[in-house]
Amino acid sequence: MTLTTLAATPAPTDATPVLSVRDLRITFPSEAGPVEAVRGVDFDLLPGRTLGIVGESGSGKSATAMAVMGLLPPSAELRGQVLLGGRDLIGLGDKELSALRGSSIGMVFQDPLSALTPIFSVGRLLSDALRVHQDLTKRAAWEQAVELLDLVGIPDPRGRAKSFPHEFSGGMRQRVVIAMAIANKPSVLVADEPTTALDVTVQAQILDVLRLAQQETGAGLVLITHDLGVVAGHADDIAVMYAGRFVERADVDELFRRPTMPYTARLLAAVPTVDSGVHRPLVPIGGEPPALVDLPGGCPFASRCAVAQDACRADEPALREITGHGHVACLRADEIADGTLDPAGDTGPDDGPGGSGPEATGEVVLRVEDLVKTFPVTKGALLKRRVGTLHAVNRVSFELRAGETLGLVGESGSGKTTTLLEVLRLKRPEGGRIEVAGTDIGTVDSAARVRELRQDVQIVMQDPLGALNPRLPVFQLLAEPLQAIGRDRESIRSRVHELLALVGLDASVSGRFPAALSGGQRQRVGIARALATEPKLLALDEPLSALDVSVQAGVINLLARLKRELGLAYLVVAHDLAVVRYISDRIAVMYLGHIVETGDTESIFSDPRHPYTRALLSAIPVPDPQRERARERVVLQGEQPSATQPPAGCVFVDRCPLYRLADEEVRGRCRTERPEPTAVAGRPGHQYACHAV
Amino acid sequence: MATDVTTDASSGATPDPAARVTAPGGKKNAPDLGLGRLYLRRFLRNRLAVVGVVIFVLLVLFSAFGSLFTSYAYSDADFAALTQPPSAAHWFGTNQGGNDVYASAVHGLQRSLAIAVSVSVLTVVVAAVIGSSAAYFGGRVEKATLAVIHFLLVVPSFLILALVSHRLAGDWRVLIVVLTVFGWMSTARVIWSVSTSLRERDYVTAAEFMGISAPRIILRHIIPNLGSLLIVNLTLGVVATVLSETALSFLGFGVQTPDVSLGTMLADGAGTITSAPWLFAFPAGLVVLLTVSMTFVGDGLRDALDPTSVTGAAGGRR
Repeated sequence: MTLTTLAATPAPTDATPVLSVRDLRITFPSEAGPVEAVRGVDFDLLPGRTLGIVGESGSGKSATAMAVMGLLPPSAELRGQVLLGGRDLIGLGDKELSALRGSSIGMVFQDPLSALTPIFSVGRLLSDALRVHQDLTKRAAWEQAVELLDLVGIPDPRGRAKSFPHEFSGGMRQRVVIAMAIANKPSVLVADEPTTALDVTVQAQILDVLRLAQQETGAGLVLITHDLGVVAGHADDIAVMYAGRFVERADVDELFRRPTMPYTARLLAAVPTVDSGVHRPLVPIGGEPPALVDLPGGCPFASRCAVAQDACRADEPALREITGHGHVACLRADEIADGTLDPAGDTGPDDGPGGSGPEATGEVVLRVEDLVKTFPVTKGALLKRRVGTLHAVNRVSFELRAGETLGLVGESGSGKTTTLLEVLRLKRPEGGRIEVAGTDIGTVDSAARVRELRQDVQIVMQDPLGALNPRLPVFQLLAEPLQAIGRDRESIRSRVHELLALVGLDASVSGRFPAALSGGQRQRVGIARALATEPKLLALDEPLSALDVSVQAGVINLLARLKRELGLAYLVVAHDLAVVRYISDRIAVMYLGHIVETGDTESIFSDPRHPYTRALLSAIPVPDPQRERARERVVLQGEQPSATQPPAGCVFVDRCPLYRLADEEVRGRCRTERPEPTAVAGRPGHQYACHAV
Repeated sequence: MATDVTTDASSGATPDPAARVTAPGGKKNAPDLGLGRLYLRRFLRNRLAVVGVVIFVLLVLFSAFGSLFTSYAYSDADFAALTQPPSAAHWFGTNQGGNDVYASAVHGLQRSLAIAVSVSVLTVVVAAVIGSSAAYFGGRVEKATLAVIHFLLVVPSFLILALVSHRLAGDWRVLIVVLTVFGWMSTARVIWSVSTSLRERDYVTAAEFMGISAPRIILRHIIPNLGSLLIVNLTLGVVATVLSETALSFLGFGVQTPDVSLGTMLADGAGTITSAPWLFAFPAGLVVLLTVSMTFVGDGLRDALDPTSVTGAAGGRR
């Protein structure tokens, strides 16, 4: 391994680390006592290398990044050393730190919109960033700013430098943030979840820009993420963080080939991937990470570990070197490393997701035909003039049967959530027909009938914390839909306990407030609430994207079990194809309000026809460094255009890789003629809308 | 439905769901502390707020039981002692009519407190219902409500207050109604603007999809989540009401003789501030104590209930 850290391991002689962190400890005060967010982190970062720090929320990875930048709140207590070129940053005043931030350390934040001051043009922001640290004239700084914008791949950099942050799309904004981070050629770049707020196809572009920026400056990069797929392709070394410490640190290939800390191994087993031939059952890690207040002695993972021994609970194992592997903080690491012990233990797959269960032949629960939804685009503050129409959903049709899961997939702005909400609204759609359980919504006019239909259609929302009223305890949250349909007190009580058991929650949670629950528990409460009225159709709006990987798997399995036992139909909206693959029987890929391809999950994944589906599939990072580097990727140019002026022909024409290669006759059709769904021979139900395939 | 499914088969390594439940969640505020206890702790950390509570409690006790310590009633006139400075017989002295200032102050404080607290509660209730309903329903309802609010805000309400309360012959209960009717708008406007963001919350949308009725959504999902705002407005509303009631009474429009409030006492004492300063000093001192204590309590509550506040948080200093 090249990124060595402990004094015991001889450092490579050819380079000195640009950043060394020694025994970093961070404590935040809290009502329950001090929270030890980071408990002794050591690493060295060499120039030109990328260290990926992976961990779940609350593992201390962001606190580490903030400590390096000196951006922690003043109430945080720091100990240890952060050596930047031999200078200890801890204890420096804000003024001294400000001189270093931006010049020696560059930071790329998660949310590019809030990282850019909205009232300045990006050229101004960049030239200000340059002039803070360098003695430049305004003109020279502007010239450099334009060069930087060009470097990070902003088309027409000179013209765009005058634009304001809100005039850029998410991906372009993140490019600007990267340009700002590298403006003064820092020796260290810190990227905290740089792609989490972006769409999959854009994520791939940004990771490439980040790599380019790193090459250009020769900086060492600390890449912080929860996504194992992102680090697999872009990091040289990986440190896995758990409960405020590194529990495994190794070379990227080695780590993925032979994860040695049981936590790493279980984490990898819990990640849904797109390219694993058949359904590999996901094995969730039971339990939750410990609270970092008054940690008991012993390994913090011991309570969730399948191979824990008594010794694990007595003392916390130190991070030590394992021959030929790197560093692992596990007492049994030697046994695991030489292959005599399976870190996952005997927790075999106990409940497969069963996505491709028996052919769904139940009754049709939902039928959507030619659904159209538009929004007016207005202009002017006082007198709103209608200046255009946003075609959010355009002639979308699909059918969903009991016991079946349909995944609506697409980037943000593709109209998938709008489709879902149109179904849930239970009002006559703007265009087309929606039929729920055999009833055409358009023909329902009495309020009582709508209330009856409501019971059949329920929703599970993306952010379980936002979807649960923080002022109500779990019991009240679950009782609410039952009260709405007029159940009496006694039957509500028994039904609530039934629901808690159904989603695998203990009855004791019923008195708690949502804030006192963990993420996974909250989402289970959200699912239980949706199930309260015994619906036939459950709409799931990004049900997993707010959850940590180790918890995700448990919820995926829960959803599969509920579907099997209760014969539910799921309409799932998600941007994460890997997750969709695990829970869907059929998939509909949406782009700019249109379904461009639809078919069985296996059929879509093994034989994608539409170029957009192919790009979407190839954009997903795979948590396997060899495959990730070797595989062929279709990187799409640009981003999804606005739906106010969709192209007259195929909606995908601006970004289509096939269009560029196609001959003139096909191109003409692409530009002028909307492609109709074409069936794939030999695969019933698989349709795509493209002229060029 | 499937009641027999008691354990979650998907929980993998954790066979007992209880094990998962006992794991404490987030890392910032210990959630198992309970919301009420958490707020109390944050509140008690603010020393000024605690001082405010102590002063306020003492004032309430004074107004309730202060009359037990004197043999005079506020309406009794002691013609043997006109305009006497404080003495053993008359602790706070007497006024020109021979009324005991101590007894008057106890009664006046009682009046002022009763008016202030009830006006403040009524104002907040009215404002919460109107403001959050306007925000929830949106559209025309919202526009009409806001038009009314804005109209009432630009009207010189103090003048109208003075005229109306004078016409209604100074019954203190009428004063409560009048002060409420002309006092709810600015609070309602604040509540409206906060509610517009609550209206977009996922849990409100979820409640709509569950088929829950609009009044129920407003009462259960919007107003409770305005909690901290309402409580802070309640305490600061007491201060504002005490001030406007004393101002009205001082000008002769509020409480009318023979009834006594702190405002009428101030008005009586103002003329003789050099010759008989005790007539002014005691009621003035009570008004200051009352408003200052409530301001401290209001500030303390705001810091305690606001999760982003630094002063209330553990490790914060005050």
